[in-house]
This record gives sequence, C-alpha cells and structure tokens, in this order.
Amino acid sequence: MRRKDFIEHVSWTGAGIAWSLSATGLLTSQAAEASPSFSFIQISDSHIGFTRPENPDVAGTLRKTIEAINALPQQPAFVVHTGDVTHLSKLSEFDDAKQILGTLRVPLVVLPGEHDMIGSPKNFFANFARADAPNGWFSFDQGGMHFVSLVNVFNFEIDGKLGPEQIAFVEKDLAAQKKSKPIVVFGHVPLYALYPEWGWTTEDGMKVLAALRRFDAVTVLNGHIHQIIQHTEGNIRFATAAATAYPQPAPGTAAKPGPLKVPDEKLLSVLGYRTVELATGGGTKVTDRALG
Amino acid sequence: MNKITRSMSVALVLALALSGAEARAQTPPALLPAVLTIHIKDFKFNPTPAKIHAGDRVTFVNDDDEPHTVTASNKSFDSEGLDTHNTWQHVFAKPGTYTYFCELHPYMKAVVIVTAAPSKQGASL
Repeated sequence: MRRKDFIEHVSWTGAGIAWSLSATGLLTSQAAEASPSFSFIQISDSHIGFTRPENPDVAGTLRKTIEAINALPQQPAFVVHTGDVTHLSKLSEFDDAKQILGTLRVPLVVLPGEHDMIGSPKNFFANFARADAPNGWFSFDQGGMHFVSLVNVFNFEIDGKLGPEQIAFVEKDLAAQKKSKPIVVFGHVPLYALYPEWGWTTEDGMKVLAALRRFDAVTVLNGHIHQIIQHTEGNIRFATAAATAYPQPAPGTAAKPGPLKVPDEKLLSVLGYRTVELATGGGTKVTDRALG
Repeated sequence: MNKITRSMSVALVLALALSGAEARAQTPPALLPAVLTIHIKDFKFNPTPAKIHAGDRVTFVNDDDEPHTVTASNKSFDSEGLDTHNTWQHVFAKPGTYTYFCELHPYMKAVVIVTAAPSKQGASL
C-alpha cells in the first residue's frame, strides 16, 4: 500500500471510532443503545505470558476486559477472540488464558494467531479445538448472519496465508449463501494488504475477497496489529481490533512493529473490545470501546 | 524480626520461588562453547550467510524486544519461542546450506552454510 492511501485510512478511522471515556460512560452508552437486536463482541491479542514494561500485567488487562463485558446490561450472543491468546504458545499460558476467558457469561469462539502456533498447533488445539473444525476453519449461522472463521497463520514460512484447501472451503461455503445474507469473516492477520512491509497482509487473501464481492454487506474482523484501523472496499468493511495486551505503532511510524510503550496512565485507553451489531439494512455497526 | 514478619518473609520467598519456577525451567543450561554467535536484532539475523564447519555449535541470541524463533526451512531444527535475551544453541552435524527463518516474522530469513569439517591434522577446535 502506498503511504498516501494509508494516511487516508487512518483519517477515516479517526472519524469512525466511538471510544468510551470511562467505565461509567461505557455502561451509560450501552444502556442508551440497548436494543433487542443481535450483537456479539470481538476481543483480540491478549498475549498471556508477555511480561515486558509495555504491559507487565496482561492477565490483569484481559481480566478487566472480561469484567467489562460481563457487566454489560445486554449480553452479546457470543465473544470471539481473534488470536494471539498467548505470547509463546506455552501450555501454562494457555492454562492461564483459558481460566480467565472461562469467566465469560456467554459462549466463546477462539481462533489462533501466530503466537499460538509456535513450534506446532498442538497446544492451541489441546485447548480450543472444535469438533466442527478439524482443520481450524469453520462457518456457522447465528442471529440472521453467516459467520466464516479463518486461520491465516498456519502456513509454514509464510505468515498471512490461507492455502488452497481453506480457500476451497470458503468458496464452497459462500456459494451456498444468498447475496442478501450479512456475512462476517474472522481472521487473525488482516486479509488485505494493510502494511505488507511489516507482514500485515494475507498473501492469498484476494481469493477470499473475490468470493465475498457479490454479497450486499460483508464485515471482516481481524486482530494482529494491536490497533483499530477501519477500511472499506466496496461492499467489504475491514476492521482490525485493539489488543487487550499492548498497542503497536501505526504502520510505518516506527522502524519495526512490536510493543509500543505508552505512559502507564494511558495504557487502558488504547486497549479494549468491540461490539458488533446487525444494523438495519444488513450491514454491521462496529463500536470500539476502550478499557479506561 | 518478630515471628509474623519471619513467616511472611518465608511465604514471600516461597511465592517468588513458585512464580519463578517456569522462568527458571526455561532458562537454558550454561552455554556450551560455540564457534559463532548469531544475534537476532531489529528483526534480522546477523551474520548471514554464516559459514561454519560440520559439527560446529552455533549460539543464537534474541536481542530484540519481540520474541523470535530460529526455524529451519527443511524443519531439521526449531528453537521454538525465544523471548528477549533468550539463547538457543544448535550443532550443525552435516554439511549443507541451511535456510532458516522466524516463525513469528517469516520475512526474517537467513542462511548458515556448513562445509565439511577440516581434517584432524588441520582442526583447531
């Protein structure tokens, strides 16, 4: 992506974010928005096991995220974690994460990030395997929407790749859906070329995007980059989520990606979760909420 | 020091010991002699290509804030996750050109070129 394009995305994002300022504000705004419509919540990039100064208590901030979600007067249908649950794929990290995530009041969907796959996928699957997803990817229908959950961190030596088997699954799965069906796609690494210089892209993502073009409204939700960036291409809306662990620099604003140190008192303002609601007209309403 | 303070100290030491158990378990044993140290810094392996002889041991050190791995493209070796300041050693037993990369940042690629070990008369190691 050219730098100019990127700047346009960021400015678009700036106008599109709805941040709550405090826990009190968060509850108030939720109450004001309360409606019987279908909603779910996305969280991402918890990096349990990370201990560096950018956030020495990643378990604490994940716990705070879960507490905020559990306190919502209108509970979501489910929570999806879009990967990097752990920092180094250790069993002890998965144990800690699972214990905290297990305090949610609603069902949990988890997909892996590359930090959950170090060495092999076995520790991830030992904790978060699904009977309907022998290969890690799956789809389901809920609340009038069709969901497709992808794994773009499996491919040895290439991060951000789906592979032909998964693409064939997606093409077949989507072919069975009506054009008017609202589609939501989950992945860890962004599906489009958000910033390939830092590996923030999915090499064969265009094949899935091609299969998504014919639908009226598609929402693609990712993690991986630890910051909120929204971007629209025709009928497809992309939204990367904030982490629950620590922020990363905006693309191209540092020599390399990695944990970004912010003043301690500002950390909670750059961590958070996201509510996604089915909007009238078939699209989605995406609301990002900071932890503090 | 009164009895309560003493038992609190004991409890604190125990708690620290328990919380440090995993960290200690991952601390590699004392480093063995190696012919070369490859540093991982600023998302690069240095030096690359590295030239060694068969049987040589190489130390890899992660100097970055981010975790990395040292993973062979032919899957013949894999450090798994190396956090900041972690080290990992590997003996390259057979001659060959070994390309390797970081599983977390696969665009980080590097090469170790292993040539046949020098004859015993000429060997200095």
